[in-house]
Amino acid sequence: MRIFDSDQWEEIFDSLSRNRSRTFLTAFGIFWGIFMLILLMGGGNGLKSMLAQNFAGFASNSGFMVSNATSQPYKGFSRGREWHIELEDVERVKQCIPQIDVCTPTLRNWGSNAVADDHSMRVQLTGEYPEYTKVENPKIRHGRALNDVDNLQHRKVCVVGKRIVEELFPSLGKDGNPCGRLIQIDNVYYTIVGVSGKGEGGISIGGNATTSVHLPYTTMQQMYNRGKNVDILCLTAKSQYKMTDVQYKVEDLLKRQHYISPDDTQALVKINTEAVFSMVDNLFTGVSILVWMIGLGTLISGAIGVSNIMIVTVKERTTEIGIRRAIGATARDILSMIMSESIVLTLIAGMSGITFAVFVLNLIEKGAQSDTPDAQFQITFGLAVGAALLLSMLGLAAGLAPALRAMNIKPVDAMRDE
Amino acid sequence: MITLKNIHKTYKSAQPLHVLKGIDLNIEDGEFVAIMGASGSGKSTLLNVLGILDDYDEGEYYLGDTLIKNLNERKAADYRNRMIGFIFQSFNLIPFKNAMENVALPLFYQGVSRRKRNAIAMEYLDKVGLRDWADHYPNELSGGQKQRVAIARALITHPKIILADEPTGALDSKTTIEVLDLLKELHQQGMTIIVVTHELDVGQQADRIINIIDGQVCHGKTEYQENGKTK
Repeated sequence: MRIFDSDQWEEIFDSLSRNRSRTFLTAFGIFWGIFMLILLMGGGNGLKSMLAQNFAGFASNSGFMVSNATSQPYKGFSRGREWHIELEDVERVKQCIPQIDVCTPTLRNWGSNAVADDHSMRVQLTGEYPEYTKVENPKIRHGRALNDVDNLQHRKVCVVGKRIVEELFPSLGKDGNPCGRLIQIDNVYYTIVGVSGKGEGGISIGGNATTSVHLPYTTMQQMYNRGKNVDILCLTAKSQYKMTDVQYKVEDLLKRQHYISPDDTQALVKINTEAVFSMVDNLFTGVSILVWMIGLGTLISGAIGVSNIMIVTVKERTTEIGIRRAIGATARDILSMIMSESIVLTLIAGMSGITFAVFVLNLIEKGAQSDTPDAQFQITFGLAVGAALLLSMLGLAAGLAPALRAMNIKPVDAMRDE
Repeated sequence: MITLKNIHKTYKSAQPLHVLKGIDLNIEDGEFVAIMGASGSGKSTLLNVLGILDDYDEGEYYLGDTLIKNLNERKAADYRNRMIGFIFQSFNLIPFKNAMENVALPLFYQGVSRRKRNAIAMEYLDKVGLRDWADHYPNELSGGQKQRVAIARALITHPKIILADEPTGALDSKTTIEVLDLLKELHQQGMTIIVVTHELDVGQQADRIINIIDGQVCHGKTEYQENGKTK
C-alpha cells in the first residue's frame, strides 16, 4: 500500500490545508465531541472518587444498628418503651446468623472534656473491640491500634484523632507523635498509644473522626458504668451476601428477643453503607450513561460533519479525481486518498481534543486535590487509547460515503466537466 | 497498432442512444491520424473507447496485441497508465501541483519513487521547452505552456499512443501552431498520435483523416472537406 508513502501524506495535508477555514471548522466538531466526552468522563470519575472519599475507611458492606424507643405497643408492653441492644445480643447474632462476618458492640460518649497540660478541648469517646477496625479502618498514623490485651486488662489507653494531637500537643508541631503522653478525659488519665489518620469531611459514625478518642470497650464500660447495654451494634456481612438482606435478619432476631412489634419501624435505627454505596454507584452509572450519550452524540455529529464536508470536497474535486483516474489511478487509489484524508482529519482533531481534555482535567485535579488529596479526575491510559481507536473508526466511517462516491467518478467526467 | 472491429456502443437511459454503430478502424504504428466529425457524431465516444475510459457493447478493440474488452477497474487503470497518453482540450492539470509534479503524477501511480519520477519529469519538461517553468503552478502558465505540460505528462509513461481531444480548442492561433509542431515532432520520432478535432486546419496536419458521421466511419470525401478545399 502507498499509505505510508510520504507523497500520500503530502497530498493529504495539501488538500486539507487548501481550504483551511473549512477544515478547521470541521475538525472543531470532532475536537469538541471528544473533548466533551473525555472531560465529562473524567469529571464523573473525579466526583465519584471525591464522594468515595467520604466513605473511606468504612467496609463497603457494613451496617450499624442503634436502639430507640418503641413506637408500637406489643405483647403487653406499651409504646414509648426504652430498650437497649445488649451484649448477649452480640453472641446471639453471631450464632444465629451465619451470613454475618463481624458483629461487634461499641459504646459512645458525646462531649467529654480532654485535657493535656494547659490545653483542653471537647472530644467524643468510642469504646470498641479490636474487631471494630474491620468495620472502620482507623488508618493508624502513629503507634498502634487497640488490641485484645487492652480489652482483657481494661487498660487505660487510647487512640486519638489527629486534631486532638494538634490542639492538645501544639508543641509537637504538625503531624507530631504523642504516643506515650498522658491525656486526661473526664478526670481519668489515659496513655496515648496511637493516632488515627482519618481526615475531616468523611462520613463517620459517632462524630468527627479527627476529634474522636478510641478506648478499649471494657475500659469504657467500666469507667462510665455502661453495664451490658450497647450503643451501636456494628456489623459486616460476608462478602457474598448483601448487608441490606442480612440486616433484616438481624433486625428480626433483635425484635423477637426484645418483644418489639415486627411492624415497628422506629424502634431500631439501621444504617447501611452497602445501600449508600449502591445508591452512589447507581447515581454514577446514570451519570456515565448520560456522559456517553452526550459525548458520543456530539462525536457522531462531528463525524457526520466530516462526512458532509468530504462529500462537498469530492464534488469539487470531481475533475481532479477524473484526471487522476484517466492517467492511471485505480479506484482503490482514489478510495484510499479520500479515506485517509478523513481519517487524518478526524485523528488530528480528536487527538488534540483528548490532549486538551487531559490538560483541563489535570487542572481540575490539581484544584480538587487541595481539598481532597485522593481525588482522581484523570482518565486512564486505556480509556485514552480506546478513545483514539474510536476516533479512527469514526474517521473510517465518515470517509466511507464520500470515498465511495469518489470511487464512482468515471474518468470520462474529467473530460466532460469543462 | 490499433484495430477496431465492428464496435457498437449504446448509452442506456430512458431513451437508449445508439452512438457507435459498427466502427471498423485500423491505425498503423507511428501514424498521425485525425478523427473528425460534427458534434454529436460519436467522435468523443470513440475517443473514450480508444482511451479505455469507457467500455463498448459489441465488437473487438485491439491495442497493440492486447484485446481491450470487459476489463476490470484495476486493469483498465493500469492500461491507461502504461499504454495511453491523454491530452485534453482544457489541459486538465491539477491546479495545486506545480508543472513538474503534474508531469510526474502518472509515475506516482506506477509506484516510482519521488526523486526518480521528479528527475524524469524534469527531462520531459526539458523536451517541451519548459524546464525553467517547473516550479510554476498551472495558473501561472499560459494556455500553450499548460498544454505543453500536459503533453509532457502524456509522454512520461512511454505510451503506445497519444490521444488528443481537441488539443488546440482552447488556444489562440499562434500557440496552436506551437502545439501542433510539437505533436508533429513527436510523430517524427515514431509516436502514434490520434487527434480528435473539428478544426480542419488541425486535421490537415495529420497523415490521414477519419471522418465519423452518425456513428460510422465515412469513406470518401465529406462535404466538410470539400468546403475546406474550396476555401
